[in-house]
Amino acid sequence: MQITNKFTLTLPARSSNESFARACISAFATQLDPTIEEISDIKTAVSEAVTNCIVHAYKEQVLGKIYITAFLQDNNSIKIKIRDKGCGIANIEQAMEPLYTSVGGERAGLGFAVMESFMDSVKVSSVVGKGTTITMTKKISPRISVNG
Amino acid sequence: MSVQINVTGEVVTAYLGGELDHHTAKEMREAIDSAVELNMPTLLILDFKDVTFMDSSGIGLVMGRYRNLLKTGAELHIMGAPPQIYKMLKLAGIERLAKLESR
Ligand SMILES: Nc1ncnc2c1ncn2[C@@H]1O[C@H](COP(=O)(O)OP(=O)(O)OP(=O)(O)O)[C@@H](O)[C@H]1O
Ligand SMILES: [Mg+2]
Repeated sequence: MQITNKFTLTLPARSSNESFARACISAFATQLDPTIEEISDIKTAVSEAVTNCIVHAYKEQVLGKIYITAFLQDNNSIKIKIRDKGCGIANIEQAMEPLYTSVGGERAGLGFAVMESFMDSVKVSSVVGKGTTITMTKKISPRISVNG
Repeated sequence: MSVQINVTGEVVTAYLGGELDHHTAKEMREAIDSAVELNMPTLLILDFKDVTFMDSSGIGLVMGRYRNLLKTGAELHIMGAPPQIYKMLKLAGIERLAKLESR
């Protein structure tokens, strides 16, 4: 598979950057001519991963950095890596279970479930004390050209 | 992000607008909760018609309001959810907690 385009973005882990990250990925993914639903799926998955960096990795305190890299590939797919240098995840399997959350109250524990349902693949690698990387891909369905 | 509250008898309707994420959820939640505390409704309607984006922070907001309403036995309805938001609410199984209507 060939990479046809790429961008990288480093952001401070501020909640105001959640919408900024979504807007960037959405503008980039537009090059694959996705449907409104596909764009919305990608934005939502990115929002989940970025929010997790802010809420969990850096505990809404340390203004750590979020590293986003996105690739367009020649099979009309997008690959997105979202990395933090925060606390890491001790038990990835448990973290990915629907409804599991380590912070009670107002969190549903559905972030990973949303990423898995809206993207084709989601990979999580994490080292406690070092950080977490989420790698997600989604293939954009080819559309029949109106012009023939 | 915007919240407009309408009170009619024992019904509180919160018209939500804009993007609902972790950044905006707190303010929305506070506006809804203060209207509920003040008016003690028997029914809370959350209207999602003008919500343009929602992630799991929105699910957390809905679940949290549902839990609060359980204390007084009040009901929760979700109205006007646009297709993508309806899809999120279904994924979370919200229809088991509240009456759920799409746009
Ligand atoms: N980047 C991260 N760094 C450290 N821990 C993480 C990270 N991402 C997720 N986690 C852990 O995995 C758990 C599950 O994440 P998930 O996004 O599914 O749910 P949540 O964030 O708790 O709730 P929601 O996403 O519904 O608001 C989190 O509660 C947290 O403990
Ligand atoms: Mg999350």
